[in-house]
Amino acid sequence: MLKLDALMMDENELKKEADTAEDVSIINCLGQRYLGCARKKGHMLLSGTPGNGLASYLDGARIDVDGNVQDAVADTMNSGLVTIHGSAGDALCYAMRGGRVFVSGNAGYRAGVHMKAYKDKQSLLIIGGTAGSFLGEYLAGGTIIVLGLNKGDDSPLTGFFCGNGMYAGTIYIRSRVKPVNLSDTLSWSVMSEMEKQEELVPLLSDYVKIFSLSLDAVLAGTFARIRADSSKISKQLYAAV
Amino acid sequence: MKKEGEVRIPSGCAVCGIFARDGRSINGEVIARSIALMRNRSNGLGGGFAGYGIYPQYKDYYAVHIFYDSLKSREECERFLDSHFDIINLSKIPVRQIESITDAPLIWRYFVSPLVHKIQDSQLDENEYTARCMIRINNQIDGAYVFSCGKNMGVFKAVGYPEDVARFYRLEDYSGYAWTAHGRYPTNTPGWWGGAHPFALLDLSVVHNGEISSYDANRRAVEMYGYSCNLLTDTEVITYILDYLTRKEGLTLEECANVIAAPFWSTIALKDRDEADRLSYLRKMYSSFLITGPFSILVGFTGGMMALNDRLKLRSLVVGEKGSTTYFSSEEAAIRAVEPELDRVWAPAGGQPVIVTLDEGVCV
Repeated sequence: MLKLDALMMDENELKKEADTAEDVSIINCLGQRYLGCARKKGHMLLSGTPGNGLASYLDGARIDVDGNVQDAVADTMNSGLVTIHGSAGDALCYAMRGGRVFVSGNAGYRAGVHMKAYKDKQSLLIIGGTAGSFLGEYLAGGTIIVLGLNKGDDSPLTGFFCGNGMYAGTIYIRSRVKPVNLSDTLSWSVMSEMEKQEELVPLLSDYVKIFSLSLDAVLAGTFARIRADSSKISKQLYAAV
Repeated sequence: MKKEGEVRIPSGCAVCGIFARDGRSINGEVIARSIALMRNRSNGLGGGFAGYGIYPQYKDYYAVHIFYDSLKSREECERFLDSHFDIINLSKIPVRQIESITDAPLIWRYFVSPLVHKIQDSQLDENEYTARCMIRINNQIDGAYVFSCGKNMGVFKAVGYPEDVARFYRLEDYSGYAWTAHGRYPTNTPGWWGGAHPFALLDLSVVHNGEISSYDANRRAVEMYGYSCNLLTDTEVITYILDYLTRKEGLTLEECANVIAAPFWSTIALKDRDEADRLSYLRKMYSSFLITGPFSILVGFTGGMMALNDRLKLRSLVVGEKGSTTYFSSEEAAIRAVEPELDRVWAPAGGQPVIVTLDEGVCV
């Protein structure tokens, strides 16, 4: 594995050098933008605080970050896996088309806005902590899971306008508390034990392994599912806020 | 040259701030290092800093920083200052000539105290008297721009990248308990010396990343109260609104945040009765001061600092804490550049102010 130290290199030089190897580890990241952008293969290991636009257009590679990440991570990502051992800034997974993004901590505003899914491209975002406002706004497909492991299942885990304007895809929330202002074009249903086993176990099994969590403990909480209510979403042309 | 509307520049300014709650002095070099990390959020058309506690030897005098276009403007302005203030000390602000900063105006600094008989005649308090004089200079003296006029604080700004601006003004020669910084990427208005951030009136200064959609409504409202917006950029109006609300209306900074980043009516409806009444009152009473559009701002004032996002949080803002120091920044990396090990780091929600003040008993 190629080892690079971000402190020792200019940003463009760093990215050029990182592109010469399939497997690369970069330490001391500090604000360098667009790392791992559109990477197709191999493994990228980052420590420190990488800059905005990390893993945008990611196309198959795996990126692990030991630390927090900033804004616009996994923007329009196509496939691959991103794991963040920390928290994420705003606009995480914007318009993501496929692949998986796992965050151990919190996500900022506008996570998962307009994520999509098509055939084998099923985008998945799992957030271990809480999420800011506009989570999954205009969701067009794929899955978002918010676990609130730092909160407990009797607290709200999202901000305002969760799922506003979404018309496909699913948001799972590990809480008995409905997000505030949840649009009436969306359905909120608390899941049975059987539904949890069937729907969540396949989605969560890699996540719990990567962050060394107990699947049983995670599943022990109350989960609810948010989906677009197909009888209502097309009733008016523009979303009323 | 292309006019506004014919060209689209992607926006992306940078702000950062450092505040020592224990009042200890932080060198200007530290804030310069922090903002320098976000160089690619600016485009070289404006950078600036505000430092608090930097003039302890003159802390009872207003420190007035002025740009002059010409010697004539300086002479006219000094005549005006002379007839309204006791000038304790005057000098050029020491600068270092560097290649990347060009076309500098004349940059002068005056430590002044209002003439006692003038204040008595005017029946104003010292702050109001001074503020009115400074607004008058900006409004009426051609080619003179007061860009800083508080006590024991000062603004340093120029056209250039912020780290170059710091070298130009020899920021390493100043130390204070609080600093804010700005890297500019002007989108709708010209990049010129007076339009660089921070914007200050008395000891209140503002750095801003974003653009104010409600600018003209805000400008018209605040100009009714004797302010005058003539620095050709939107941020200026935030400074005057906050000065008006705090100094004249006596609002707390939390209340100011509830005015300029007022919650949506749908959000207010969820609050308990008393809180909903309070928020509705502020929204209705000061509706012309609601600032719409994306912003993250840092507000510096004597003894404290406030960070605030617009209610939709359309710009990034991160807060970090280490011991008795609080850091603010558009990007976490810029905080880590000067303090790698933080006790706590978080992103405040839209419209939720983060206010830090000096610990009890600390004098600066």
